[in-house]
Amino acid sequence: MSKSEDRSDVDLVQLLTPTGERLDHPEYAPLVAHLDAAALRGLYRDMVLVRRFDSEATSLQRQGELGLWAQCLGQEAAQVGSGRALAPQDFAFPSYREHGVAHTRGVDLADVLLQFRGVDHGGWDPNAHNFQLYTLVIGSHTLHATGYAMALQRDGLVGTGDAARDAAVITYFGDGATSQGDVNEALVFAAVNNAPVVLFCQNNQWAISEPTTRQTRVPIAARGDGFGIPNVRVDGNDVLASHAVTLEALERARSGGGPTLIEAYTYRMGAHTTSDDPTRYRSAAEEEHWRRLDPIDRLRAHLVAESELPDDFQAELDAEAAALGARIRATVRALGKPPTSRMFEHVYATPHTIVEAERAFFERYEASFADSDPTTAAAGTHPHATHTPASQDPAMSHAPQSAAGRSL
Amino acid sequence: MAVERLTLSKALNAGLRRTLETDSKVLLMGEDIGRLGGVFRVTDGLQKDFGEDRVVDTPLAESGIIGTAIGLAMRGYRPVCEIQFDGFIFPAFDQITTQLAKMHYRSRGRIDLPVVIRVPYGGGIGAVEHHSESPEVLFAHTAGLRVVTPATPADAFVMIQQAVASPDPVLFFEPKGRYWDKGDVDLGITVTAAGTADDAATGAGGLVPLDRARVARPGTDLTIAAYGATVSTALKAAQAAEADSVSVEVVDLRSISPLDTETLVRSVRRTGRCVVVHEAPVFYGTGGEIAARVTEECFFELEAPVLRVGGFHTPYPVSKLEHDYLPGLDRVLDAVERAMAY
Repeated sequence: MSKSEDRSDVDLVQLLTPTGERLDHPEYAPLVAHLDAAALRGLYRDMVLVRRFDSEATSLQRQGELGLWAQCLGQEAAQVGSGRALAPQDFAFPSYREHGVAHTRGVDLADVLLQFRGVDHGGWDPNAHNFQLYTLVIGSHTLHATGYAMALQRDGLVGTGDAARDAAVITYFGDGATSQGDVNEALVFAAVNNAPVVLFCQNNQWAISEPTTRQTRVPIAARGDGFGIPNVRVDGNDVLASHAVTLEALERARSGGGPTLIEAYTYRMGAHTTSDDPTRYRSAAEEEHWRRLDPIDRLRAHLVAESELPDDFQAELDAEAAALGARIRATVRALGKPPTSRMFEHVYATPHTIVEAERAFFERYEASFADSDPTTAAAGTHPHATHTPASQDPAMSHAPQSAAGRSL
Repeated sequence: MAVERLTLSKALNAGLRRTLETDSKVLLMGEDIGRLGGVFRVTDGLQKDFGEDRVVDTPLAESGIIGTAIGLAMRGYRPVCEIQFDGFIFPAFDQITTQLAKMHYRSRGRIDLPVVIRVPYGGGIGAVEHHSESPEVLFAHTAGLRVVTPATPADAFVMIQQAVASPDPVLFFEPKGRYWDKGDVDLGITVTAAGTADDAATGAGGLVPLDRARVARPGTDLTIAAYGATVSTALKAAQAAEADSVSVEVVDLRSISPLDTETLVRSVRRTGRCVVVHEAPVFYGTGGEIAARVTEECFFELEAPVLRVGGFHTPYPVSKLEHDYLPGLDRVLDAVERAMAY
């Protein structure tokens, strides 16, 4: 790690130490002073449930039920802490690892798996949750978030002083994304428009195999200075600090103070995705170091030290997490192949003659098998009689991975 | 309202003004479109009349323009983005093809993105590198986008309004070499998104729908399919061919995606011959797609293979050579002669 990337270059806001001790901070501690033990247990519960979901999804992928999975393991505090800072009217634009934020926005976590199961490119109604669909192309959505924030300005929903009305946008991206042109353009557009958007970078230190030093020679938060954007670097494994800095940034945005860049310094404890092999590029010692900084452990330690984690609460939470895992598993495994006709739906909002013609062709093609008597089909009543139409292939009714792998 | 004789550029200005007047959600965004009125003056005077929040001078970043337009559209706005020149669209190519084109599909219809992207395109104006290109098929090849191009001031005025009214993203290619061509424009026509989507698409009120071609000149011996700047070249060729007793029908495609094969096929079934003319390179171009579709639909009526006239598989050349590269009158007539010789 180069000197310029040393975390000591920029203050790291921390309100909860890795061993679970509360720290004072003149600016940020007061912002979370209102959180009582029940509220802290709520954040703890969020993180435990998200981790249970995440590990269930990893297992489902390993068992062939998902094509891919991108774990958020280790980033629960950054995501839950920031997500719980949002007001209902705020809008979030995630990347693809923000399962913790999805949870805070009320998205059914089973729906998050639709894309990874290969049955949907999205999975939920963005406007029902004020949580946009995942974006897989790195950084693209930061511009959408900025544009959405510009729309809030035009809608007169910024700086009115009405807390139930003023709104802001938050967008999530990673350390790798900060090298993308789109993220830099988002910072420019956000700055010159004074747009009510919080640019929340989870610096999890690895862009697949590339360390943050391959993306920047200054701390990511410091980039905000060049754009004239207030910025803060926070311990992303500290749910209280993550919550506090996001509360402040969102309030600045809603009140007309413009954008903020937050760098949440955290760690991707898992692989980039289930297709990745971190042993090729990072050490077990590094992973062990970060395991000792686990975001859930430190809040648990704090609650235990304060005698605010009763056994029955933990037992109920464990049961709830187990039930969530079981429900996710059952829901996902029941998801079959979508109807083939869906391929042609919603390509355009109004009919497009080429798509309509191709849909009609394919329907005729599929229908041409319908009147083939299966007992005579092999004898060649249809020139392609040995072909099974995709929509009737029984192997496709579940386990899309194996079926797709075979047919392709 | 009266019929006025306007340049294509002024007709676009009038059409954009009409959309700003009739729909408060319409925004114009682009580089130099405000105080300057755009480098081609298409947005002249609009910022003065509609304000800086609705006619927005953006940072000089094409991806940023389209990306923020997507966000604005997600909240119900109808951004009309100007890309200053055809060759500058590529920084925005990712936002257009991976985000704008696919959002309606990936959200399963929950999100409409009624974004219009205006692109001055084509050559013939003696410009420097990257200012004369015809990249329309790159977008036509991407599902989720509509790609249209007007050839006349009258169409420019109506089609820009239809494009803004469309709930789909529309790439609106403006033949910059024809910006100064004049024609009669019926300023009494207003198209709004507030009418039903079908009205805008089907062209209620006797308008040609946005996705349909029009027969620009009837004929009986050969069909020339053209669009944008090459429509007037095709009309000149038709006039010249008439002297040789060849009756040429000219179809102005207007829409590249979708492609109105119905109108084209109806024409070619009568004439038996088809020549496609566009400025974009012929290789993998609109002409190739038309040739395949016309051949499939008109196989027994064709008297000659479908011929294509267009740019070569070279980068757009230096301006001193561009008139050898562009499909001018002589090369179009050469193709007409070759088709007639079969």
